[in-house]
Amino acid sequence: MENTITKKDLKHLVLVGNPNVGKSVFFNSLTGMYVDVSNFPGTTVDISTGRYGDYIVEDTPGIYGVSSFNDEERVARDVIINGDLVLNVIDAVHMQRDIFLTQQLIDMGKKVIVAVNLIDEATKKGIKVDTEALSGQLGVEVVATSALKGIGMNEIKQKIANAGVGIKTEGVQELLNNYDLNEITEAEALMLLEDDEVLSERKGLPTAGKREEIYKNRRQRVDRILESVLSDSYNGTSLGTTIGRLLLKPITGIPMLLAIMAGMFWFIGVFVAQTVVDFTEGTVMEGYYKPFIESILGFIPKNSFIGSLLIGDYGLLTMTVIYILGLLLPLTIGFYMLMSILEDSGFLPRIAVLSDKTLSKVGLNGRAIIPLILGFGCITMATMTTRLLGSRRERVIATFLLGLTIPCSAQFGVIIGLLTPLGMKYIIAYTALLILIFGISGVLMNKILPGESTQLFIDLPQIRMPQFKNVMKKTFVKAKAFLIEATPIFALGAVLITVLQYTGLLGTIENAISPLTVQWLKLPEQASVVFIMGIIRRDFGAAGLSHMVLTSPQMLVALITITLFVPCVASIIMIFKERSKAEATAIWLGSFAIAFLVGGVLAQLIV
Amino acid sequence: MTLDKVSRGDIIEIVSIEDKDIRAQAIRLCIYEGSKLKCSEKLPAGPIILQNRLQEVAISRKLAEHIIIEKVS
Repeated sequence: MENTITKKDLKHLVLVGNPNVGKSVFFNSLTGMYVDVSNFPGTTVDISTGRYGDYIVEDTPGIYGVSSFNDEERVARDVIINGDLVLNVIDAVHMQRDIFLTQQLIDMGKKVIVAVNLIDEATKKGIKVDTEALSGQLGVEVVATSALKGIGMNEIKQKIANAGVGIKTEGVQELLNNYDLNEITEAEALMLLEDDEVLSERKGLPTAGKREEIYKNRRQRVDRILESVLSDSYNGTSLGTTIGRLLLKPITGIPMLLAIMAGMFWFIGVFVAQTVVDFTEGTVMEGYYKPFIESILGFIPKNSFIGSLLIGDYGLLTMTVIYILGLLLPLTIGFYMLMSILEDSGFLPRIAVLSDKTLSKVGLNGRAIIPLILGFGCITMATMTTRLLGSRRERVIATFLLGLTIPCSAQFGVIIGLLTPLGMKYIIAYTALLILIFGISGVLMNKILPGESTQLFIDLPQIRMPQFKNVMKKTFVKAKAFLIEATPIFALGAVLITVLQYTGLLGTIENAISPLTVQWLKLPEQASVVFIMGIIRRDFGAAGLSHMVLTSPQMLVALITITLFVPCVASIIMIFKERSKAEATAIWLGSFAIAFLVGGVLAQLIV
Repeated sequence: MTLDKVSRGDIIEIVSIEDKDIRAQAIRLCIYEGSKLKCSEKLPAGPIILQNRLQEVAISRKLAEHIIIEKVS
């Protein structure tokens, strides 16, 4: 057996680096295991762990410094504090930024070894790094690498055991010595000196208010080191730099952005939502799976409670499985693949910059573009992603706008099918109304909700060709994580609906809202069934409309109402999971009220 | 003057950054009191992009109103 050494004897080797420095390639090379890569500050935090020789290798999310500014930092901080050795991967093109983190790790008293990665790219850009001088100045081993090309990887592996304690920033050691270093580690003491509230609470010790002073000294030291280590004849005209520039100029950036959006729309809306889903949901699930499961469980009467729970219209083994595997799985993969490409190429942060001005009007900043784009895929998935927003206020606003105004891809296809025959006038009216409601409700929320939203302050990574392998791995890890989290939610939703239907409550609710449907929305009575179906699955609701005889204005009223109307039962549960009870209830009832208000006013005007 | 008044192509020196947390995050990205940077792009009513060698940082307009700078050239 290979495990002659117990886990206790294994040392923890922690990989630390700024976002997008190629850390994942090191992790893969060391452990042969998978790692999630991301260059957009703020995506869902993943930690990967693997084995390399006598080491447990832990990967941390990309960070700019060790502190508590966001989830990534909080997670990385704890992994670093508990680690024995740190392999710090830095970007040779961004030494000024990256060595700041290196010096902080050294100041934490950690045993560090540094890999100056992307050395080939730096050479191409005319940047020369004197690794020997850098090693002398930092007091730790430094190796030049190009992980993708395999340069320097053997050297790093040989030298990992040589990782050592480096030369700290002037004055830091004296400050650290004020603490009882038998009680807490130097790393923890440094966090207290740098005003880390989380650690202060955990240790029951006060913060020292020295962050500013230490950061300034560290920055000066880093800049001084780099003066003697770095020489460049940088001219700044690589293709990546040019594309990055053009993306940020509105005159070229907005057309490029629209082209990207059109490409995404085609890929998701046409290719995935129609071609792929027709196959997975229609051919595979409805064609083979459903008859199969129904024949196996045929002995259970379909109209019994157990029968409807398992294989009924909204059954756990019928609708839930078909929905998740046939529809959600391909859509989630499609969306995460696009997002991964946008992230890894460096486009996503620039899209955030371009949309910042518009989103700031509704109390969000450019980063909120991520959940908003994902909303066109699945509201449940997008609601989960609002976690990356900077404040609770922004998360509430984004969740509300998502649930209210963004049609998910399942619904989108059906809506387009119903809207297109009505002509251009109606397509424009539908789109304009939704944008208007998005704007008005967003602006109002921004005014009403107390507090301040966070402001955009982001690093713009170099435009780079995404690595196919990284994109695919990341896509599957994210899709898997989402489906694991969402499946119980979809199942719970199905159970809820089955119970409502079995007890006859569904019919009662339908009857209760039918006067509203007939008199206020001026729609036929059956439309209330459609609205209730919309709660179960948004596309069911929309699809129900195609069986009804409606005039064009009636169709517009119905489509607007059903889009604004509460999101599906799974996303409602997700909203309740992510937000407080009061917030979730307000979001739910709010979208209910707005849907009927807008639909009704529209009906009174045009029907 | 404040950073929101900068024009594209200006070289500026940072004088002070009002927000404590932003100040700490900025210093990591090479933006700190005394650092000289180039405004490489300014979006209409939108974020300002500051550049230091190959390092670029986007700062929202509202945040820029609270960063005091001096124009160098």
